Amino acid sequence: MVEFQNISIKQGVFSLNNISVKLDDDTYYCLLGKTGSGKTTLVEVLCGLRKFNSGSLFINGIDASEFKPGERDIGYVPQDLILFNQMTISDNIGFALKIRKVDKIVRDQRIKEVSEMLGISHLLQRLPRNLSGGEKQRVAIGRAIIFQPAILLLDEPFNALDYVTKQELFKMLKSIKSKMKVTVLHVTHNIDEVKNLAEKVLTIENAKIEMQERNEFFETRNFLFNEEVI
Amino acid sequence: MSLAKHKVGSDLPFILIMAVIASTYILLILAMIASDLSFTNSSQIFLALKSPEIQYSIKLSLFTCTVSMVLSIIFSIPIAYFLTRYKFKGSKFIDAIIDIPIILPPLIIGLSLLILFQTGVGKFIEQYVSITYAIPSIIIAQFVVACAFSVRTMMVTFNQIPKRMESVAMTLGANKREAFWYILIPEAKNGIFTAASLAWARALGEFGPILLFSGATRMKTEVLPTTVFLEMSIGNIEAAVAVSLIMIGASFVVLMLVRYMGESVF
Repeated sequence: MVEFQNISIKQGVFSLNNISVKLDDDTYYCLLGKTGSGKTTLVEVLCGLRKFNSGSLFINGIDASEFKPGERDIGYVPQDLILFNQMTISDNIGFALKIRKVDKIVRDQRIKEVSEMLGISHLLQRLPRNLSGGEKQRVAIGRAIIFQPAILLLDEPFNALDYVTKQELFKMLKSIKSKMKVTVLHVTHNIDEVKNLAEKVLTIENAKIEMQERNEFFETRNFLFNEEVI
Repeated sequence: MSLAKHKVGSDLPFILIMAVIASTYILLILAMIASDLSFTNSSQIFLALKSPEIQYSIKLSLFTCTVSMVLSIIFSIPIAYFLTRYKFKGSKFIDAIIDIPIILPPLIIGLSLLILFQTGVGKFIEQYVSITYAIPSIIIAQFVVACAFSVRTMMVTFNQIPKRMESVAMTLGANKREAFWYILIPEAKNGIFTAASLAWARALGEFGPILLFSGATRMKTEVLPTTVFLEMSIGNIEAAVAVSLIMIGASFVVLMLVRYMGESVF
């Protein structure tokens, strides 16, 4: 479980005030908000890439506010994917295991399992620059889940992908979530992604965050969302 | 009158003026090299290459330039890393200090080094290693200037690599050292090669600081620019030109290598 306790972030004119929210295990959350509302900031706070001014962050009941990014049990897929250009796809996917000094035989076996699950086992010896957008997306997800994190963070992962690829990735993410029992926090602008994936919806508005069940969100805010957020 | 109708003027005069200005400078450089070539012939170059003094200076130049290049890379990578990866008070001051060896007249660098090794610290070092007017002084003089160019190249390289790449590696469990070795250095490999090549070429052409700090002693502190100076001072212009052409050739090979590495760092 992840708990933001009264977290405030202030940077220049931008601020998020007293953010308090609990994310349950094994639940798919979509995080919505206008451009510049602080979605990415919140994600970066969670994975330890950004400091906050006050409050506490708990992960699995432990105060993780001062934990280094790699100690937080979080798999992160950034908006711009940031694949490691000089490494093969196999090395990209296996990076977290290499850092954890996992034996090469075990590592290769795990890379094989993950790449088969994501349908990219034929790409393992290629370099990222030779991949399509959808393939890169799968690699970035594979790299983030290989060490079986408790939380998977996806920051606007499907930008600039075509409809068919998106549908395939929706299926893939549902499958990952059910197999790994992972908590997913998925930042998006896209209502289609919320419809297809979300179990609960978080909305950032006016520097505050609100959580709703998926159905409640569509009953109360779908209209507002279409009008104001997209 | 219809505003849609408009006759676009010819681009030819503009292109011609730009081409004439651009080609004048390139022609000047080519004319200098062509003049050197016309002043000598292959037999004079071979004769110069057979001379023990010139052979010594070639060997010493290759040795000192290579050591200066390695030192420049070892020092420039951490300097560029801190200046590009961290915001700290005084970073602009340090950034400006890096440019001093680039901007200062070479003779002043030589003079400053000479004075440095006359201070207490310098004399203490000289008790154990002979520096001034010896081969280590050549390496130090070359290194001081070459490293500044190397730092600039490494800063451009590191600035072109998104910091987020290291951040993502850190979310995957890496610490800063692992992110540096596994992510930043492989991504920067072309830039490192460019920095090394430029440092080597810069060290090869260094003369002013060497003249003051190392002297111009035949077969002792004689590198290729020193040879050109010594041969000119005794009126052996053919040998001076032959050595100059060897240096032009070596520099050209290095600069072409840098370009073929295909990274637009410079």
